[in-house]
Amino acid sequence: VLHTTRPLHTTQQSLAPLPPLPEKGGEVRHGLIPEEFFQFLYPKTGVTGPYMLGTGLVLYLLSKEIYVVNHETAAAACILAVIIYGIKKFGADVAAFADKLNEEKVASAVAMKNEAVQTLQAAIEEEKKEQWRVEGRSFLFDARRNNIAMLLETNYRERLLLVYNEVKKRLDYQVAMQNLKRQKEQDHMIQWVEKNVIQSITPQQQKESIAKCILDLKALSRSAHAAV
Amino acid sequence: LPAAVLLKDTKLMDVKLGQLGSWLATRDFTPGGILGAVRRGYDRYYNKYINVRKGGLGGISMVLAGYIVLSYVWSYSHV
Repeated sequence: VLHTTRPLHTTQQSLAPLPPLPEKGGEVRHGLIPEEFFQFLYPKTGVTGPYMLGTGLVLYLLSKEIYVVNHETAAAACILAVIIYGIKKFGADVAAFADKLNEEKVASAVAMKNEAVQTLQAAIEEEKKEQWRVEGRSFLFDARRNNIAMLLETNYRERLLLVYNEVKKRLDYQVAMQNLKRQKEQDHMIQWVEKNVIQSITPQQQKESIAKCILDLKALSRSAHAAV
Repeated sequence: LPAAVLLKDTKLMDVKLGQLGSWLATRDFTPGGILGAVRRGYDRYYNKYINVRKGGLGGISMVLAGYIVLSYVWSYSHV
């Protein structure tokens, strides 16, 4: 159940970006006592204060047998001596090695971060280019509009041609029909006239016309003889 | 006039000796409170001495010294 009256995120704190790691840890003197202790005692007792306190404490523990000296003390002293010798001799090298490991880890993380930043910046550039491309879409639309207009025009002209051809065919048909009709009428009339004329030529008329032709021919031949 | 800080919000180093009893009374002794206090202490120590770029010897050596002292205290009757 979430109490909606309780305000969330009242402070400015947020998880990102993290502040960078501090370079060095808190100062520790002799590997055991933090520096703050020495600073705490400095105003009242100066520089030697904490050391006197340490000496006094050790003497008190020993004399009151709160710290008992037995075989373990000798073992602890030997072990401590070896440890301190080891640290003094190899401390720097081990520290350098550990630092190198740390540096590698940090470097790989930073490399990943940089790579991510690079990718994102490249994406931003791409996006800007796309936005610039969008500005040209008016040209695209004009081209498309021209294309469509041309298509429409072509279609319209095709259909116009079709209409013209069809109308011409129909008109030609009408003209041909009229011509044919007139021709047929003419032929028919000529034939009819011829037939009637031939019918009207009786055999008597035929004889007379033939005789007249012979007479005409004789007259012609006579005139031709005379000309020669 | 600065507003007076509530007693339960003061840090231990700022508490006067006479107020120590009442300051202890304001602390949270529930299991959740104790766990939170342990968590806070651990976080403070960790972020100060271990979670740094160039950590030193003091970070773990203080923990080991504390462990030695505590184990001596607990096994004092054996000695």
